[in-house]
Formats: sequence, structure tokens, C-alpha cells
Amino acid sequence: MMDKSTPADKPLTGHLRADGRPLGLGEYVKNGGYGALRKAVTSMASAEVTDVVTQSRLAGRGGAGFPTGRKWGFAATGPDYAGAKYLVANGDEMEPGAFKDRVLMEGNPHLLLEGMAIAAYAVGAATAYLFIRAEYRKSDQIMRRAIAEAREAGYLGKRIFGSGFDVEIIPHSSAGRYICGEGSALLNALEGERPIPRHKPPHQTSAGLWSKPTVVNNVETLCCVPAIITNGAHWFIDLARSGEGGTKLYTVSGRVNRPGAWELPLGTSIRELLEEYAGGMRTGLHVTAVLPGGGSTGFVLEKDLDTPMDEASLRQVGSRLGTGTIIVLDDQTCPVGMLHNLEQFYAQESCGWCTPCWQGLHWVRELLGDIEGGRGTMADIGLLQWHVDLIKPEHTFCDLAPGAMQPLESGLRHFYSDFVAHVREHDCPRRAAGRRWG
Amino acid sequence: MLTDAERLRIEETFALYESRSASAVDGLLIIQQSRGWVSDEALADLAQFLAVSTHSLESLASFYSMIFRHPVGRHVIMVCESVCCWIAGSAELTAYLNDRLSVGLGETTADGRFTLLPVVCLGACDRAPAMMVDGRLHGPVVAADIDSILSQYP
Repeated sequence: MMDKSTPADKPLTGHLRADGRPLGLGEYVKNGGYGALRKAVTSMASAEVTDVVTQSRLAGRGGAGFPTGRKWGFAATGPDYAGAKYLVANGDEMEPGAFKDRVLMEGNPHLLLEGMAIAAYAVGAATAYLFIRAEYRKSDQIMRRAIAEAREAGYLGKRIFGSGFDVEIIPHSSAGRYICGEGSALLNALEGERPIPRHKPPHQTSAGLWSKPTVVNNVETLCCVPAIITNGAHWFIDLARSGEGGTKLYTVSGRVNRPGAWELPLGTSIRELLEEYAGGMRTGLHVTAVLPGGGSTGFVLEKDLDTPMDEASLRQVGSRLGTGTIIVLDDQTCPVGMLHNLEQFYAQESCGWCTPCWQGLHWVRELLGDIEGGRGTMADIGLLQWHVDLIKPEHTFCDLAPGAMQPLESGLRHFYSDFVAHVREHDCPRRAAGRRWG
Repeated sequence: MLTDAERLRIEETFALYESRSASAVDGLLIIQQSRGWVSDEALADLAQFLAVSTHSLESLASFYSMIFRHPVGRHVIMVCESVCCWIAGSAELTAYLNDRLSVGLGETTADGRFTLLPVVCLGACDRAPAMMVDGRLHGPVVAADIDSILSQYP
């Protein structure tokens, strides 16, 4: 199509097979696969690996955007520490709108394994867990097969490439619940505890899995690592159109012509993604706004579609990069209904541990249900705003509930007249837009 | 009583973690794979095998949405309710299935063939509206395809 990039410009997806089947070990190695792991363990000190990743400006792709190299550095211990350390790949992708990690695990399983092995080397972990959400059955099967293949071939296990580095990767199939994607809840899940978030401090890089220093990284983040080691930090920075390094596996969903996932330079604009890659809106529909980074990010209005999809630019329009997975709100879909659906998700997925979340989100859901159903009052709209003001970071154990407030906060700002119209007309003004499915 | 095969599979997971109690989720999933669901009796047997209290294991089993604590049909249909599927008409899809199978969400057909469940998110936003049957993803699902999808699950 309009895409003139080469596999080298797409370190995550450049070698994906056209038929959708996972890239096998043979093909992966033929394309240079496991070369970065060889380079790291045979010619670089672990601190050097961390330094290169820090210099590359790689930031976490799981939603929070924390600098990856810095996180790895926090897990550093003195030479007298003889205990275990752990690396965990977070494959509990469950943010509404997000399916990018699924694309990577299903398409390029060895890239994730190589990234995990390099990260484990950098942080000094001999055991790495791959946490896979329950609904990703296909990813689970593909990753387990790839782990067995890599082990058989000596890319995982003892004395990798003749070095003194040993690493085992253990897949863990989860059993549902969004909260497991929160780093510390994920650790509780792995330990067989009820997966609720832990108090921080201590941070998991000091006391994580079984109280050992632990680094938890998102699947896409880890998949970025091999090419950084092979090609260097500056190459990675130059891949992006903005100062934030690398490519991003963006996705677009909603009522567009071609929902999908595309690896593009960080800083590609929302409009380019919507129009050139997702093929624009379906006939008869117009875009009203988008949630640029999944369900826990604020709306960006149609007038701001030229905003580059990077953290700094999206912050300027009151939103966040999040997972970089765009959800499109079209002009025939009710923003109040969409928010009701989103808050239903977060209310249901609240782990029940802290009060602002389990009480607050349920209130928010009820209020939105009343307003959407034509039973709401102006006071209810005020109560929604009150919750937005109260449910903030530091008031809760984790970011679930504050994240849930981001679409609502921006929705109340941008679509206030829609809320009022529901109250005044005792109905959804867009209900006449009719059935969506048939 | 856990079967020998179940015990063996659960024991194989002990080496993966620092503590035996960490095999709880693996154990619940192994039991569910062989029996379709996790009964009170199976839960108590697993708790004993892992040397954890029945209550703490129940707090896990009831927490995880994919652990079934009630019997289910031969096939489990899960309709995604997440926002992209909602935009694409998941509520209408659910209503259609309610009608076609004569069951509500959380119910099993009279012949024991299908259990219909909502699922918060399948991570298949590019295939909305999506549903999963016995772990297999279907989507985008249109009304005209429902009968042929269901016929794959006798």
C-alpha cells in the first residue's frame, strides 16, 4: 500500500509471516534472531545492557510509560547479594481496546523470548515468568511451543552461548481478571495469593516475587529489546518521529473500515493511523473523538486528530499514550453509553481491596446507567464530577480506579451537553441511531 | 478425590514456583480441564493437596472469572462485552443468542449443550463483536453466521 518501510524499520513485526502463522525458530534465527542474546551474554556486562536500553529511551509499552532501563537499574544489587531475582513478562493484556501483545505473541514468539532472556541477563535473573491471560489461548499454546523449541536448541537453559548465564522461562496461564495486569497484583497471582495490588513501597524491584528483586515488563517492551542490543540506542531513537525512542505497535478499533495493528514510528499522528491505515470510517459514520491509548486514557476530539501518538504530544491535548491502542467514538455512538460500558468494565474488574475503587466505581456505573437510561438528574452529573475529583492517585492502592476516571473526566468536559440532553429528554438522544448489529 | 492423572499434572507444577501453594491456579485449571468445573469437593481435595486452607483456595477460585464453581454445559460460549464489541453491537449479539438458545447469561441450555456467559474482554477488538467458544475465538460475528458457528460444537 502506502507502506514503503523495510523489515529493518519494524523491529517488532518486520518479519511476521503473511499467512498469520507464528514465525518458527528456524525462520527467526535465519533473520538474525537470538543474535542479540548472543551479543549480550558473550560480549557485554549486564550493566552495559541496561545502559544501552536506558540510552535508547525505551519506555514501558504496557500503559504507564516508565523508562525501561531505569526500572532495570533499580533491581541492581551489590555483589554480596546471593539470592534469587526474577524477571516477569506481563502478558495480561486486558486494557479495553488493546490487542497488540496478542499480535506479538501469536506472530513472533521467539522475539519475546529473546527479549526476556536479555532482560533477565541485564537484571541478573535466572528465572523469568511469562504471565499469559486466560483468554489468550492461542498465544499460550504458541508461546509454550516456542519455549520448548528454544530450550531444545540451547537458547534457553544452562550456559547460554557458552557463557556463564543460565535462564529458564516459565509460562503461567492465568484465569481471568484485569487486575492481574497491575504489576504487584500479578506477583500475588504468581505466588498463588489473591491477586490484589501490594502497597508500595517497597517497590517490586527491591522486594517483588517471593520478596526477591523483581522486574515486571510488558510484552511489547521486551520485544523492543533485541533490536536495541543489535543496532544500538541511537538507531532506536532515530526510528521515532519524535524524541521518544522506537516504533510502536499501534492498533485501531471501533467502526473503521480496517481495524488492525500496525508498527509505525512513535509520533505517527492519530489521523494518519485512522485514515491511511485503518481505512477511515465506515460509510455514513464520522469520527467524534478517540481514546488514543486504550480505555484508561482521556478522549481526544476530532479537531485534535493531527496530534502525534507519543506521550508528550498526547499530554498536551489532555490525554496519554497509554497502550497506544486507539478506540474510535463515531457520531452514531452515544458517548454516555460508551462511558457506561467502560465504567461497567472497571467496576466489575475492581479487585475489591480499596474503598474508593470498589465503592466509587460501582457508584459511577450506577449513575451512568441511570443517565443513559433516561432516569438521571442534573445532580447525578454533579455526583459523577465529584467522583472524578475524589478518585485520584494516592487515594487508591493502584492505578485502576484513577485510570477509569480519565475517560470520564474528559467525557464530562467534552460531551457535557450529551449528559444534559439525556437528563432533559429522559432518554438517549442517539437511541434512534438504531441497531448496530444484525 | 483427585485422580492420579490430576495429581501427577499438579505435582509437575510444584517445581515451577518457590512454594507449593503457588500451584493453586494451575491446580484449579487442571481440575477444570478434566471435569469441566470445580466442585466444592474438588476444591477441598486440592486445598488439602496444596496444604492451604479451603477458604483461601475458595477466595482464589471465586476471584478468577475463568474458574467455574458451577457445572457448565458441554460447550461454553463467552460473549465479549468490552467497549469495542459494545460499539459493534455485542448487546444485540447477546440478545440474539439468548433468543436462539433460550437461555439468559449465566445459564445452560436444557439439553446441557451450551452455557452462555459474558466476558469482560477477549482482547479481540479488531474482530468485534467477538465471542469465544471453548477457547476458540470467533469474530466479527454476524447473525447469519451464528448457526454455522454453533453447529461446530455438537
